[in-house]
Amino acid sequence: MQTRFIGKPMPRKEGREKVTGRARYIDDITMPGMLFGATVRSPVPRGRIKEIRFDPQIPWDEFTIVTAQDVPGSNYVALIVNDQPYLADRLVNHAEEPVLLLAHTDKYLLEEARRAVRLEIEPLPPVFTLDESDEKKEIIWGEDNVFKSFLVEKGNVDDVWAGADFIVEGEYRTGAQEQLYIETNGVIAVANPEEGVTVWGSMQCPYYVHKALIKLFNLPEDKIRVVQTETGGGFGGKEEYPSMIAGHAALLAWKSGKPVKIIYDRAEDMAATTKRHPSRTRHRTAVTRDGRLLGMEIDFVVDGGAYATLSAVVLSRGTIHAAGPYNCPNVRIRSRAVATNVPPHGAFRGFGAPQSIFALERHMNKVARAVGLSPEEFRRRNFIREGETTATSQVIREAVDMQRLVERAFELSDYRDKQERFARENESARVKRGVGFASFMHGAGFTGSGEKYLQSIVGAEATPEGRVRILAANTEIGQGTNTIFAQIAAEALGLDFEQIEVAQPDTANVPNSGPTVASRTTMIVGKLVESAALSLRQTLQNSKLLADSYSPEDFSRACRDYLAKYGQLKSFSQYKQPAEIDWDDEKYRGDAYGAFAWAVYVAEVSVDTLTFEARVEDFVAVQEVGRVINPTMAAGQIEGGVAQGIGYTLFENVVWRGGRMINNQMTNYIIPTTADIPPIRVHFEEMPYEHGPGGAKGIGELPMDGAAPAILNAIENATGLELNQIPLMPEQLMEAFRGEHA
Amino acid sequence: MPEATEKERSGKVVVRCTVNGRDAELSGFPMARLLDVLREELKLTGTKEGCGEGECGACSVFINGKIVNSCLVPLMQVEGARVVTIEGIASDEQLNAIQEAFIETGGAQCGICTPGMVMAAVNLLDRNSEPTESDIRAGLAGNLCRCTGYMKIFEAVVRACQHSGVKR
Repeated sequence: MQTRFIGKPMPRKEGREKVTGRARYIDDITMPGMLFGATVRSPVPRGRIKEIRFDPQIPWDEFTIVTAQDVPGSNYVALIVNDQPYLADRLVNHAEEPVLLLAHTDKYLLEEARRAVRLEIEPLPPVFTLDESDEKKEIIWGEDNVFKSFLVEKGNVDDVWAGADFIVEGEYRTGAQEQLYIETNGVIAVANPEEGVTVWGSMQCPYYVHKALIKLFNLPEDKIRVVQTETGGGFGGKEEYPSMIAGHAALLAWKSGKPVKIIYDRAEDMAATTKRHPSRTRHRTAVTRDGRLLGMEIDFVVDGGAYATLSAVVLSRGTIHAAGPYNCPNVRIRSRAVATNVPPHGAFRGFGAPQSIFALERHMNKVARAVGLSPEEFRRRNFIREGETTATSQVIREAVDMQRLVERAFELSDYRDKQERFARENESARVKRGVGFASFMHGAGFTGSGEKYLQSIVGAEATPEGRVRILAANTEIGQGTNTIFAQIAAEALGLDFEQIEVAQPDTANVPNSGPTVASRTTMIVGKLVESAALSLRQTLQNSKLLADSYSPEDFSRACRDYLAKYGQLKSFSQYKQPAEIDWDDEKYRGDAYGAFAWAVYVAEVSVDTLTFEARVEDFVAVQEVGRVINPTMAAGQIEGGVAQGIGYTLFENVVWRGGRMINNQMTNYIIPTTADIPPIRVHFEEMPYEHGPGGAKGIGELPMDGAAPAILNAIENATGLELNQIPLMPEQLMEAFRGEHA
Repeated sequence: MPEATEKERSGKVVVRCTVNGRDAELSGFPMARLLDVLREELKLTGTKEGCGEGECGACSVFINGKIVNSCLVPLMQVEGARVVTIEGIASDEQLNAIQEAFIETGGAQCGICTPGMVMAAVNLLDRNSEPTESDIRAGLAGNLCRCTGYMKIFEAVVRACQHSGVKR
């Protein structure tokens, strides 16, 4: 297909502002009379608030002070379960839980005041790990500590064990991970009874914040306005958390009558906001002598932290991805998200899938070894193909060819030669080298009926300059929303790239096109951009202002003429689920996702047996993602996701003490630098997806899934060590080596 | 308490220096962070705070031609110095070759590390017009990016060298 913009490396729409420092992030904005806000947080993980004491050294009469008693509406963050208070009232359920808010014009005095509030809390017994919670050592949430559980059944796994040639079991664990967007969470709020509440801030999902503030203030929806400012990274960390900080700033603004800005410093952001859910996965797999999967029984548990937040949805995605891209006739997956007394874990790129895929792809290597096959041959015999079904009994309707991706990835990484050479050289070498891979898929868009319930709407409007402006609530957070939407609309309308504008997400001005999550912006929302743009053109043509064949200038003129005649021109398009998607929420069965992206990632590692440092030396990422809309940006997504995956595996260790993250600084929570990242070589196979704009599927989260298992598989290849927990720090490697050679 | 505030105010100093080639009189406490003074007094908000402890490089500026983390520099240290921020890198509408290259290669994603990263890249090329890959990695190692995985940033530096080679 001949295209002008789809498939082209169009430069980032807001690139010039970003490289010159002119882009305005929330902390770059001030308002007259603005106060700064701060949050007083619980020092204990669980307890009863007895007293709040104010040190008399501080001139408290100059401060705006907000507690749970000042909440005008409902004191919970409206999301799914509504169990999380904006401000703890009698009970605290995690360290760093917000209890009281302060505002003042002088941010230095504000910080002194924050430290001068003493919370007297009578401690209650806390639960810190998912194992303790799962064993119900103490009931801290609901009746059984379980936020949500799922059961996925396919065939009957109970029947397979007796006839299996091999039964292979394994347990796999993953740790928490901090999103570590370089711009911390921040907002500015203006709020008063006359005008309602307006919040500007760094966020992924303006309508999540909008929904939460309606409940917090008990105001009608048109009295709440949420505006996204330039956002310095999200990765899921600004999916649900902004509802909290926005509410806090708005409560202070409501009480003080002045604009209030809250910007977290790095330490507060790391300690108090969400992280990736820690997990434990247990596998029991039945397989035949010739390496065919007969049955998989999987038990998947994630640590949700103290409140439900998005854990149910994270669990869902992790559950659905737990059996991977394999054809297995009998599968049972039991999963649950359990409560602990740590700050709630939340959305982070991959959303449960990196956890369960890590377990699966380590386990598949173990099963292969038990059968006596190479990891690649064992997988080859079990890869899912068109017409076969996933764990949720979703029939694969696309011509997926995982084996081709394996071959391509092996060729690009020189996998077979390296494996042979390293095996030879490792004998006498201090630094052992190895290669490993992972094969996996990632579903794009909301799970199951999610998109149907969301009913996303996108608009397109003609501007007085004769351009087309896209109206959507999906945010540019670095991943390229502005550019991709402009490419899609320009392509659909036959206009120039510069003729398309993308409106700033502002709930007063854009319809609810859903959250900027779940790899859905390009595939789901992009398709609506395309149809809204086409419908705008249809209106122009129906009004006889635009001929069937036209130039970009004709189109501009037609827009201007239309506005002169009728005042305004806006077209909207709403999501309609493709007819063949069929999902059963009760049985958790059916078409979990409209489309999957498929991938094979190969890691090459070196392991120094003296220093116990493991390094990734080379990385090849091969994926099939439908049609690539912008090759530069798509590769940028993959490279960035792989880098986060390398961090997840070998660098990023959240150290907990008493339910608090104690290494909440960039000095001792380490993310990969330029010195740590190997060449990341990205290759796309493109098979257009019929329901995606220009044939695109979602890709944002996919690259987060593959690095961790590929790296540990490579370390196993290098050292023979079976390591099944991440992050893998040098200390654990040292212990593993010593155990091996003791 | 108002006395204390007054007393503290009297502790402010005035520091004279140049910022992006212009004479500047900066007023603040001697130990005020240069980062805050640039952002709040001069409204030069292109310099970003990422960590506040000298790890991420988002607040990189030049002092007398040397790259520093402005979150670690007390105001009094820039007396008489030449300070250059991201706002001083492009001349009017003409972007620096590094800035052009960041746009072309996709070196900027969310953009929050970008000003600091551009400063580090400019500094690197000032010192070494033909850096090797390992020079580039070393030259940018003080600047963290969470979006790109650094590949496109390396590409931008390489491309900027090629461009400058042709142009200059």
